Amino acid sequence: MTAQPVFERFGARGPYFGEFGGRFVPEALIAALDELDAEYTRAAADPAFAAELERLQREYTGRPSILTEAPRFAEHAGGARVLLKREDLNHTGSHKINNVLGQALLTKRMGKTRVIAETGAGQHGVATATAAALMGLECVVYMGKVDTERQALNVARMRLLGAEVVPVSTGTATLKDALNEAFRDWVAHVDDTHYVLGTVAGPHPFPAMVRDFHRTIGVEARAQVLERVGRLPDVVAACVGGGSNAIGIFHAFIEDEGVRLLGLEAAGDGVETGRHAASITGGVSGVLHGARSMVLQDDDGQTLDSHSISAGLDYPGVGPEHAFLASTGRAEYRPVTDAEAMEAFGLLCRTEGIIPAIESAHALAGALRVGRELGPDGVVLVNLSGRGDKDVDTAARWFGLVSDADLVASEAERVSAPVAETEGSGW
Amino acid sequence: MSTPTSSTAATGRLSSASAVDAARAEGRAALVGYLPAGFPDQRACVDALRASVAAGLDVIELGLPYSDPVMDGPVIQAAAETALRGGTRIRNVLESVEQLASAPEGERAPVLVMSYWAPVLRYGPAAFARDLASAGGAGLITPDLVPDEAGEWIDASDEHGLERVFLVAPSSTPARLASTAAACRGWTYAASTMGVTGTRSSVGSAAAGLVQATRAAGAERVCVGLGVSTAAQASEVAGYADGVIVGSALVRALSDGGTAGLEAVVRDLAAGVASPSR
Repeated sequence: MTAQPVFERFGARGPYFGEFGGRFVPEALIAALDELDAEYTRAAADPAFAAELERLQREYTGRPSILTEAPRFAEHAGGARVLLKREDLNHTGSHKINNVLGQALLTKRMGKTRVIAETGAGQHGVATATAAALMGLECVVYMGKVDTERQALNVARMRLLGAEVVPVSTGTATLKDALNEAFRDWVAHVDDTHYVLGTVAGPHPFPAMVRDFHRTIGVEARAQVLERVGRLPDVVAACVGGGSNAIGIFHAFIEDEGVRLLGLEAAGDGVETGRHAASITGGVSGVLHGARSMVLQDDDGQTLDSHSISAGLDYPGVGPEHAFLASTGRAEYRPVTDAEAMEAFGLLCRTEGIIPAIESAHALAGALRVGRELGPDGVVLVNLSGRGDKDVDTAARWFGLVSDADLVASEAERVSAPVAETEGSGW
Repeated sequence: MSTPTSSTAATGRLSSASAVDAARAEGRAALVGYLPAGFPDQRACVDALRASVAAGLDVIELGLPYSDPVMDGPVIQAAAETALRGGTRIRNVLESVEQLASAPEGERAPVLVMSYWAPVLRYGPAAFARDLASAGGAGLITPDLVPDEAGEWIDASDEHGLERVFLVAPSSTPARLASTAAACRGWTYAASTMGVTGTRSSVGSAAAGLVQATRAAGAERVCVGLGVSTAAQASEVAGYADGVIVGSALVRALSDGGTAGLEAVVRDLAAGVASPSR
């Protein structure tokens, strides 16, 4: 395929995407956001920045990621062709590294020496710790206490990489509280610290900037599909938590009007049960973590707890550009339950020899459904955003693959942490 | 100059700007005190604040507890969680405002609600302004709403004659100081330090300069918050600001010593603002 640029600024730059986006943050952070916005604008116009990022993505991340056709899996998808964009093969095991390397380079350009990040199950934390090690930056990762206990291995991974992991006990002690704590740290340390936000949410310029760093996914995939199939896909499917991998693969197709963009949200036990993380399907327009978007909140504007088997999608908000794409109808968002995602997870393992992240399994479940709608002539491009090594324990429990003795040994953990919330990746 | 009990002309509501002016007329700074509504419960919160007014509090800052308070340190986070777990809803906050606004002379002071934007947006800014005004509230402090995003709130608060307190920070540029001061109605909240709420051993060294710069940028009244907990600190800040805002220290005093403990701390702080160090 023709070489595609890894980094190129393109499309809406914020702060607003229709009625969504903006900056709902304390005044104390405005100067830092302005500084970041200005530095990013300068960097984006600097060929040296793009060249350095492209070199890193090629030589460190392993870009371009390959496109894998999944014919045996596709037999279950109405015979439609299913093509997997293999972000799971990136260094650190997911798409998260694309954004982190870009922001780490910006950190150095701004002369800052310390990065902080939030993480749910650890994928973004691991990616940030990795980039910090690579570039010699101090790194602190905020992680809900509940998540640090359930994801001890990823905590160890971050510590091996030289990062400090700070358990957050406030609120629900999960991802949203880790974000709160990262914002509090940032307010107090903006002089030397950059906040490496891990998704396309948060205050401007994060949603547009993080999207730009992930846009390479779709740019590569579009060319790869054209070369492989000879035409554009009918549908591009991706899972949506905060929405970074989805916006990354969607964006290069936005002007291709015939291409449907399908975001799959985590429906947990089912949107109708109230135990879900589907912010667009089941949420309202509101403010959370610095931006106006679709959020899960009660009648009083208090954030509701989200629920998903996938910790990476277990977040009560979504990036503002997704809320916008949903409002205009350019992208569709559908819910996928834990059970549907795990069925697709198991199917990909058995039919293609690929263990996907449970996050990405939501996109696969969406592909199965939409493939059946399209039939044998259809072409579905799926963003396989991460690998599933980290999810093996969850999957083993889900499919009953562990022995009774193993289950007894981990009984205490199971009692304190329901299986449906113990594992995941993504954020 | 107005007296502390003077009201906005048409409504009979007390204004916090008048209370600040009255303190200034007495050669001192105003004491602004924060508690989250519903902490430790609705009734106890209202009683504690009325007792605090009797002990020398000039302006009440009543927090609307929120699930994700990014500007708050551990003390206020924990208090807000207590209030939410106790079932505090926006209607309870407005009820508390009403109870405070109808307190007898001597226990009555202007009430500003402090709220993150998410709950107000969900309630509807116009409806919130209407209901806050009809409860007798003076206005709203918005820690995560900058004037750039506040069009709807500016319209709603203008329509209902409510005060509008935005924050400035040591990192604010001169241009932002000017635009923020211009958007405020009543007074401007100067964050003494780059950080979240909580008691600190010293008030940020940037605070005096920030107050001066905010005045130079056009602010009529500037009160200082974040990190003030002792009479000595209150006296120091009173030397350069129009008001001294105390939050975490009051929450802690109420937690540790009940209403009596809170009254003692308020009296102490009131003595501090009454003897500004020049």
